[in-house]
Amino acid sequence: MSTPPKFVPQATPETQPYWDGTAARELRIQQCVPEQHTYFYPRTSCPVCGTEEVKWVTASGRAQLHTYVISHRPAPGFTPPYVIAVVELEEGPRMMTNLVGVEPDPEHLELDMDLVVDFEARGDDVLVPVFRPADSEAAA
Amino acid sequence: MSDVVIMGAAETDQLGKLPDISTLELHLQSARNALRDAGLGIEDIDGIASVSAPGPVTIAHALGITPRWVDTTSVGGASFLFHVRHAVAAIRAGHANAVLVTHGESGRSRVGAPPWAMAKDSLSGQFEFPFGVLGPPTTFSLPVMRFMKETGTTIEQLAEVAVAQRRWSSQNPRAMFQEEVTVSDVLDSRPVASPLTLLMCCLVTDGGGALVVTSREFAESRGTDHPLVSVLGTGECATTPMISQMADMTRCEQFEVSSRHALQEARMTTSDIDHLMIYDAFAHVPLFGLEDMGFVGRGEAGAFVAEGNTSPGGSLPMNTNGGGLSYTHTGMYGMFAIQEAVRQLRGEAAAQVPDVSTSLVLGNGGMFMSAATLVLGNEAAA
Ligand SMILES: [Zn+2]
Repeated sequence: MSTPPKFVPQATPETQPYWDGTAARELRIQQCVPEQHTYFYPRTSCPVCGTEEVKWVTASGRAQLHTYVISHRPAPGFTPPYVIAVVELEEGPRMMTNLVGVEPDPEHLELDMDLVVDFEARGDDVLVPVFRPADSEAAA
Repeated sequence: MSDVVIMGAAETDQLGKLPDISTLELHLQSARNALRDAGLGIEDIDGIASVSAPGPVTIAHALGITPRWVDTTSVGGASFLFHVRHAVAAIRAGHANAVLVTHGESGRSRVGAPPWAMAKDSLSGQFEFPFGVLGPPTTFSLPVMRFMKETGTTIEQLAEVAVAQRRWSSQNPRAMFQEEVTVSDVLDSRPVASPLTLLMCCLVTDGGGALVVTSREFAESRGTDHPLVSVLGTGECATTPMISQMADMTRCEQFEVSSRHALQEARMTTSDIDHLMIYDAFAHVPLFGLEDMGFVGRGEAGAFVAEGNTSPGGSLPMNTNGGGLSYTHTGMYGMFAIQEAVRQLRGEAAAQVPDVSTSLVLGNGGMFMSAATLVLGNEAAA
């Protein structure tokens, strides 16, 4: 039986560089030039100081597990239980993601544990950032 | 500043599963009930406020009202508290004389309701939906683990919120769930988004409610069968459209800001509040509210609820209709929190608390996205 596909995001002109980045397996975030405030999600002015002078930088891909839930309900393309998480990037900003490469069990999911980014397909030509424990073997 | 009052307040005839009533009709029925409660007719109403769907233009037209003041603030389930706040300002400014605030939602049956918005190029579509989130249970729940770690709140204390609210709803014949539960019942119920279990999650129901807000002068000139409820203070705030972008996942800035402004306007502190309604989409939200508004200190909310302070007979009766966890939750619960505060201040509640003269209502909108606060009082509060 075929399962329905996972939700496929679609870029806007302002977020296109982010999605070009994930397609190249890079996590690109933004930083303001005057003060180096680093932020996520992509937008055309810095939410800390308001400047429109902003640039793209490539994140290290290292992060920590800030918080999570284990969803027990079926979602399109997901087999429950699965982990929805908010991670804190080494550069500071937080983002929603999925945890992969780890049992969806609180025993294996300690807050602030070290994670690294990976990329997972959504639809035919979009990659989204997901994270796996830093001490797990890099796979996929 | 002229005194603004809630003159009429009513809910739909029934709450729960109402597949034979459309979203629009839920608005209209509650509006007519509120007008009847106030002893007013459609010709008395010159202002209307409601969320964007089906929207105040549609509701006013269907009722036969031509408003000269319209508010479509649509920021989630707290919107109706925003509407009351905006109505107070409009009435004081002379832009309206009597404002009807309506809520109706076919949250369960989805009759005449718009489809869930899932635009792929929206912010949520790009940065939250791809990760298997399924609406409130899988998003609103995200802060819980962090909150527990930072504040020392235990899972048993989280369950106590649901237990306390069943003590109230067991006295309320209109509540959807009336059977008392234990901490074990809550923890042993089906896992939904761990650590949240089913009994820590709100209901999904159909229903509606409406309010008539006007000046005290107008209300007294017309007379009413019910005590007038004064709007003593109001506040509002908005923070993030995506829960993953909360500045601090263990506190809600918007709860603090909107409540501080409401209490300041009312010239009160938390110790002046007799009765509290905190929008409880999930069991953790009242704990955030108690701490962020300063009713208790940081990390103290779990123990405060577990010790029975918010239960019948406690020092701070909270969510006395049973709340979104046990009374009803159409999706935008805020209207029902206001309705219960009005009933308590009128002395007409099913689980009436003795000697209530002030009530604070904290509304949440979206997943910790916006908030509004109302401080309400009866004659004894003056
Ligand atoms: Zn900046």
